[in-house]
Amino acid sequence: MTNLAAESPNPLIPPIGEIIIGLIAFGILFFVVAKFVAPRFEQVFRARREAIEGGIERAEAMQAEAKAALERYQAQLAEARTEAAQIRDQARAEGQQILEELRAQAQEESARIVARGEEQLASSRQQVVNELRGQIGRLAVDLAGRVVGESLEDQARRTGTVDRFLDQLDGMAAGASPDGRGATGSSVYVQGDR
Amino acid sequence: MTSSAHALGGVLAVESDPGGGFVAPGIEEFYPEPLAQFSLLGVDFEITRITVILWVATIAMIAFLVAAVRKPQIVPGKLQYVGEAGYSLVRDGIARDVIGPKGLPFAPFLVSLFFFILANNLMAIIPFAQISPMSRFAFPLVLAAICWVIYIWVGIREQGAGRYFKDILFLPGVPKFMYILVTPIEILQTFVVRPFTLAVRLFANMFAGHMLLVVFALGAVYLFNVGNYSVIFAPVSALMAIVMTFFELLVIFLQAYVFTVLMGTYLNGSVEPAH
Repeated sequence: MTNLAAESPNPLIPPIGEIIIGLIAFGILFFVVAKFVAPRFEQVFRARREAIEGGIERAEAMQAEAKAALERYQAQLAEARTEAAQIRDQARAEGQQILEELRAQAQEESARIVARGEEQLASSRQQVVNELRGQIGRLAVDLAGRVVGESLEDQARRTGTVDRFLDQLDGMAAGASPDGRGATGSSVYVQGDR
Repeated sequence: MTSSAHALGGVLAVESDPGGGFVAPGIEEFYPEPLAQFSLLGVDFEITRITVILWVATIAMIAFLVAAVRKPQIVPGKLQYVGEAGYSLVRDGIARDVIGPKGLPFAPFLVSLFFFILANNLMAIIPFAQISPMSRFAFPLVLAAICWVIYIWVGIREQGAGRYFKDILFLPGVPKFMYILVTPIEILQTFVVRPFTLAVRLFANMFAGHMLLVVFALGAVYLFNVGNYSVIFAPVSALMAIVMTFFELLVIFLQAYVFTVLMGTYLNGSVEPAH
């Protein structure tokens, strides 16, 4: 063994040289850590924290934006709904108005048509009456002539008997018409006058 | 030649001299032959393999740390992750949580302490080194002395010299007649016991750990070579050497951590006035 072992040195008594070597070694490590390693790690930690916080902030901003957009859409939707309801109401009112207008128009039209029909009916009745008057007169004279056995035509034409009779009839009808209940024989004409 | 190799030679010599018996490795384990010797300003320097191991461990740790922070990224790579884990363990677990809110400025010092002890302790089980420089009392003593200076200096700086020493001499909240007993204990504790225990705890753990490993390893070799029935116990001894290596790994981390945590609590006492 070495002579050191022979002396059996006390391990708790450190040589000064070793203490200085230890100081230097630790000093160098500490210098590197304090000047280089620790600041870098702190920088990384800071960057990481910022990245995480930034991410959270970004997410919050996006959430707020989404919420605002949703509210906007909902407001727009409500607006659109009320607008649609308004339009519907307006349309219904307009439709009602148009319908009434049309009804009035139709009524007017129908009244006009009825009036014209009545007018035509009246004029054609007059025509028919005039025609019938002639024919009935002729027919009555004819029949009377045959009954009598001779032609009464000329005489009848001369005297105007038939016309007088018919005028009498007409007079009766005209007298009956104002109270709405004419003679049975002239009821057709009375209705037409109405 | 290492001292362990000398011991191994002693063990192997049993073959030629069967009556010699097992020569247990002794204190000379920690006193290897100097590789170089010189005197500077009246101080004798001995460069032994343990000194070289100290330098290798320190440089390796510096290289690791620098490599870990060379290109720092928010999403760390493997090396940066390991470095960060160690740094955070000390920064958050000790500087922030043990010392308190004022602790973060001490993080670089505590981190250096932790990594320096860890690197040197790890040399205890790294092949071909297999001895921790911390089993040389000088190195733990240096660290403990630095700690001693720092926590007293911080105490004076943070609380003022009067307040700091008064609180140590007359612990607040203690009945007056008890000061006869408490004051000497407190003085001894703060200025002598604390640094001494810091240094001795680390030194003794690494010293004893190395001795255990050497005894079991050499024992296995001896039992193989002794040439009688003892050979059946050789695997037991070898297995024990392996088991103790794992145990040593635990001690390596634990002692580095314990040293740093204790320094944290001392700094806590200096930063915050006693209650």
